[in-house]
Amino acid sequence: MFASCTDPAALGDLHWLVCYLTTAKHLSFYASFGTVLLLLAVTAPAALALGFAGAVAARSRVLLLSWLGKGYIALVRGVPDIAFFLFFVIALDQGVEYLRHVWLCPDWSEPIRQGSDFRVCPPAKAPLGNAPQWVHEVYGFALAVFTFALVFGAFAANVLFGAMRAVPRAQMETAEAYGMTPRQSFRRILVPQMWVYALPGLSNLWMVLIKATPLLFLLGVEDIVYWARELGGTKTPQFTDYPHGDWRMWYFLFLLVFYLAFTRLSEIVLDRVMARLTKGQATLGGDAQRKAAA
Amino acid sequence: MKNLILPAALLALTAGGALAQTVRLGTEGAYPPYNFINDKGEIDGFERALGDELCKRASLTCEWVKNDWDSIIPNLVSGNYDVIIAGMSITDERDKVIDFTQDYYPPTASVFVAKTADANTKGVVSAQTATIQAGYVAESGAQLLEFATPEETVAAVRNGEADAVFADFDYLKPIVDAAGGELVIAGEPVPLGKGVGMGFRESDKPLRDKFDAAITAMKADGSLNALLKTWFGDATKTY
Repeated sequence: MFASCTDPAALGDLHWLVCYLTTAKHLSFYASFGTVLLLLAVTAPAALALGFAGAVAARSRVLLLSWLGKGYIALVRGVPDIAFFLFFVIALDQGVEYLRHVWLCPDWSEPIRQGSDFRVCPPAKAPLGNAPQWVHEVYGFALAVFTFALVFGAFAANVLFGAMRAVPRAQMETAEAYGMTPRQSFRRILVPQMWVYALPGLSNLWMVLIKATPLLFLLGVEDIVYWARELGGTKTPQFTDYPHGDWRMWYFLFLLVFYLAFTRLSEIVLDRVMARLTKGQATLGGDAQRKAAA
Repeated sequence: MKNLILPAALLALTAGGALAQTVRLGTEGAYPPYNFINDKGEIDGFERALGDELCKRASLTCEWVKNDWDSIIPNLVSGNYDVIIAGMSITDERDKVIDFTQDYYPPTASVFVAKTADANTKGVVSAQTATIQAGYVAESGAQLLEFATPEETVAAVRNGEADAVFADFDYLKPIVDAAGGELVIAGEPVPLGKGVGMGFRESDKPLRDKFDAAITAMKADGSLNALLKTWFGDATKTY
């Protein structure tokens, strides 16, 4: 990166380190932190939306919807994450390609399954075989986001389902006494009041989601764990300008600090949100706030 | 509607055939000198140089893809890339699932590396998962300690978890050289496998034949031998 880095072997320790930490490979490592943060930023709202839909479906009076919601919650929560991430993503990818195949190549005569091979016609490949590598990466990332959202959405649905039931019945009865329709009382009373009951569960989920991001590498997305492993590995002088021993411990220590700092930051933010949501609620926390103010 | 789709699909098909189709080459990027990630973060090594040359000779546009060793065959057959070029030895077991070209690297010698030259190579021996070396260790009666990456197999010897590591001579050689006497080669070299070849889906015969022809050409004009010497030293086996 810097012009003075052309001959690393001749540099002093500190200068060497500066040069080492700014190689193009290290820049990819730093960029992968962005990948992880982006995944969290996209997945969290998506999972919450799925969870909300799942919870609403599960408590629906329409039997079919209710089964659908409850089935989603039970099924996804019951399957181990790692099985889900390995099996579901490949199945999803092949499902997309199969549908595109049926749509785009109606007169393709060769079978799709040939032994262990999965072959769709070239225009049905997702992404297309001649698409640039970044398209493949974006596609992989999108699959990852979808899978994460689906898994965490099921847990969120269960949390929200419980939170909706925790809102005091008296609040809903009052709404009915005011003549609100079920739809109105759901929107005006139930949803605003349920968050305070949902937040402890949701904050747990957020923490688990942060720690689950290394699963990204299973899906072929190069995340921080991949780069830490790659950069920390022993480098012999034949293949790099910066030979070093097994430094994986230092890289993983850095990841540990990153994850700890990030979860601590999340805790602080979530505490504030909790205080804000508690305001005026008929909960112990709400009572405590009222007494403190009085 | 159907009348519209059909010509459109046919057009897409023929257009796909006329355009230079990109061939995606999958490699591990963690097995120097065969393949590794250089300081620029790009795939480098013997197989990078070889793959680029073969693509040029076969007039194909190629793109490199990184994939974990563990899932390198499943991701090939499910179509995430078209070729495996990752120091993979040709074995009968793998040949049942995928197709190989002829070897572009002669049958390799694998060696044990340990802290002392008289280490117990029948004790605990580390090897990378799903390699011919792991298969050999398992059958030799030694206790096999498997790891997902080659890096970890060597680390296991350094920290005393394993008595020795068993891997390709060419992978271990630079590590032994750089270890300053901490690691040495133990016991005799073991010839294993039928050489290293490129892996293809069994249904991809035409693509395989293109690369096979290019390898034949490179063997004939001596350019493959020159490449082998560049990456593995003058003492390496050639064709």
